[in-house]
Amino acid sequence: MSRNLGGLLASKRRQRHLITLGRVIVSILAIAYAVFPVLWIASASFDPRNSLAQQRLIPPNASLENYRALLNNPLQPFPRWMLNSIKVSLITSVLAVIISALAAYAFSRFHFRGRRSLLLTILLVQVFPNFLAMVAIFLLLQQIKNYIPSLGLNTHGGLILVYLGGALGINTWLMKGFFDAVPRDLDESARIDGASDWQVFWRIIFPLVRPILAVVGVLTFIGTYSEVLLASVLLRSKENFTLAVGLWQLIEGQYTQKWGIFAAGALIGAIPIMILYLIAQDWIIGGLTQGAVKG
Amino acid sequence: MRRRTQTQQGFTYSLSAILFRLFGLAVIDAFALWILPQMIHDRVWYLVVLLVVITLGINIIFLKEEYYPLRWMSPGLALMILMVVYPLVFTVYTAFTNYSDGHILTKQQVIQVLSQRLYLPEGGESYRWTAYRSEDGRYALWLVAPDGRTFVAFPGEPIQPADPGQGDIGPADEQGTPTHIRDLRRLDRIQVIRYLPDLEKLEFGTPPHVLKIRSLDEAAALQPRYVYDPQQDAIVDQQTGKVYRADDRRGSFVAEDGEALTPGYQVFIGAANFQRLFRSPALRGPFLKVFLWTILFAAGTVLTTFALGLFLALVYNDPSIRGRKVIRSFLIVPYTVPSFISILVWRGLMNPHIGVINTTLEKFIGWAPPWFSSPTWAKIGVLLVNLWLGYPYMMLISTGALQAIPEDLYEAAEIDGAGMWQKFWTITLPLLLVSVGPLLISSFAFNFNNWNVIYLFNRGGPPMPGTPTPVGHTDILVTYTYRLAFASGGGGDYGYASAITIIIFLIVATITYFQFRYTRMWEEISENV
Repeated sequence: MSRNLGGLLASKRRQRHLITLGRVIVSILAIAYAVFPVLWIASASFDPRNSLAQQRLIPPNASLENYRALLNNPLQPFPRWMLNSIKVSLITSVLAVIISALAAYAFSRFHFRGRRSLLLTILLVQVFPNFLAMVAIFLLLQQIKNYIPSLGLNTHGGLILVYLGGALGINTWLMKGFFDAVPRDLDESARIDGASDWQVFWRIIFPLVRPILAVVGVLTFIGTYSEVLLASVLLRSKENFTLAVGLWQLIEGQYTQKWGIFAAGALIGAIPIMILYLIAQDWIIGGLTQGAVKG
Repeated sequence: MRRRTQTQQGFTYSLSAILFRLFGLAVIDAFALWILPQMIHDRVWYLVVLLVVITLGINIIFLKEEYYPLRWMSPGLALMILMVVYPLVFTVYTAFTNYSDGHILTKQQVIQVLSQRLYLPEGGESYRWTAYRSEDGRYALWLVAPDGRTFVAFPGEPIQPADPGQGDIGPADEQGTPTHIRDLRRLDRIQVIRYLPDLEKLEFGTPPHVLKIRSLDEAAALQPRYVYDPQQDAIVDQQTGKVYRADDRRGSFVAEDGEALTPGYQVFIGAANFQRLFRSPALRGPFLKVFLWTILFAAGTVLTTFALGLFLALVYNDPSIRGRKVIRSFLIVPYTVPSFISILVWRGLMNPHIGVINTTLEKFIGWAPPWFSSPTWAKIGVLLVNLWLGYPYMMLISTGALQAIPEDLYEAAEIDGAGMWQKFWTITLPLLLVSVGPLLISSFAFNFNNWNVIYLFNRGGPPMPGTPTPVGHTDILVTYTYRLAFASGGGGDYGYASAITIIIFLIVATITYFQFRYTRMWEEISENV
């Protein structure tokens, strides 16, 4: 009996060792898989030879030549694209959060006829992603240009306006959930003290829901930064391109010649988002899982 | 309206708040009234309607107390109407028209465009001409009308009556022709023949008075080629006498022999775009292939990313593992890189000539998958790239959901003698799917329209041979419509593209409907009201 138990324990231990060994192997493989393209692109960006066939992970004569070529070519104004992307994404995400939060506040705190159907309508309408109607949007901005030039085709104003069309939607619903969780007693006591609706929103609810607003803001920023389709349809001239459109055009058809320069651009372009993720990692993951549980 | 009644006593707007509101409205109204006349003048009716609807809506919302809650969402609603609702309506409308390059204008506009086209009549009034040429190749004509009046004509400048020796026109020779005009020198017979090919192409003067050279001696005024006859609703070609009758089903002026004038015009064609999609053999084949691949791609992506993500989540589920957080940070790296960058990078890594994956494989096993030229490998390639992009998200949500599964369920199963597999299939997976299921549906819907991966990786290629419009083997429905509208060689076919867009919308809406039902979102919305 005791020998039997000893054998069982030994086999258990052996099994545990096996599992640990498996885990180590899986970890090595998985990390290699996850990181390999990023490492490779970083290495290529420092390799001045620009010939991929002989590329090593640590380039023999590393230099910043690709970066110099990337940043000093007036035909491909990379720094401009970068600034454009940050500008468009920042304005879009801030405005989208404001627009969505105001609506979520009204849905959460005011009771009015048609509230349910309005919320449902908004959710249903936004099932239609507006990039599907790219033709309509293209023609619309083309016409708007005649009346309000700064919001027309080939302007950042117009692009931001198009992105903001989707500001009300699932985010409003998510925010409303969080607003609902703020106890109403807080509002009521503030109102007794003479606070207006705006003051209740700004002084009481807003500080409490800041985390979810940040998550929505960061996710909107990243989504806007990565958007290619509408930006490529609506922005026509090189100096107005966002980074996504610019980088794409940069390597279309001439991978071989420009691989090193592209690699440098890809790395610089990815860094702001990677930093943003690292900073907001816990919030975002929290938001994702909460989204999962709340549905 | 509960809130209003609650606070009605003792709550009134302050004067400054009212003034602020009225001032804001006045600014918006003034702006609308400022651009409205221009829009009406240009006859851009849809913009007029949009502007009026949005401005009126804002006024009503901000003036009538009962719409108070809507004030908070008015910016969002206005933008939604402008950028989502209107484009949706436009798309539905376009799907039932023949709207495409060559059928963009209205019938009225087409008649106007056609009536501006000119031709050189064979008989009729003609002028004798003498040509002049400058050093840098500009031309002018000296014209003598049958009644003896004389003119000077430059391309793109109005034809002017003129006499030799007057202004910048040189003195007359013995035949009464000036020796030069401005800095242009007269051409003799031999030179004229040399420059005739140039001269014959030029149109002298400005509309409606335009002249062209008809022969070595004669120049004649161009005349309108197409004249619209409202009685028979047809356009008559003055040159050939051919009659092109308006075919309002095709949206073109068509002659007896079937020849159609371009441009055509926009007409309603009912469900013809949809019928083409399902009946025309040349279109149906590619459409069905694209449709099936779209579903396969979306489902395949969800399946593979979820499998890998869940596997990794399970491997690191044990909190006693050392370095768990560090490993996980490495594993979500793909999630932190903007997708368009990753896709372009992968496209480089898998490049058959310069990509490290292919060159390495070729070095060691002498063969590498033709990711960009073989239909099957292109599909596998796209799925592999999407696997890298998508598994971290699945890992994150699975990790979260795994923590919510109560530990005692496993203990109970162990007592019953269940093995690892059995526990996974009977406890982990079913419970996980309950909470993660809706997100998987969202992921399916997202990938259904994942334009980035398909188009940035391979532009939907490799192309299918022999299709009427360009289609690739990895094209999904969105990239297919994008090509139809913006990137096809024969010009955009917006009507047909819109028809496909509506089909996409219906599919996504159906998926979302089931998702809402599944997650009881409808009930939740109702409960909270």
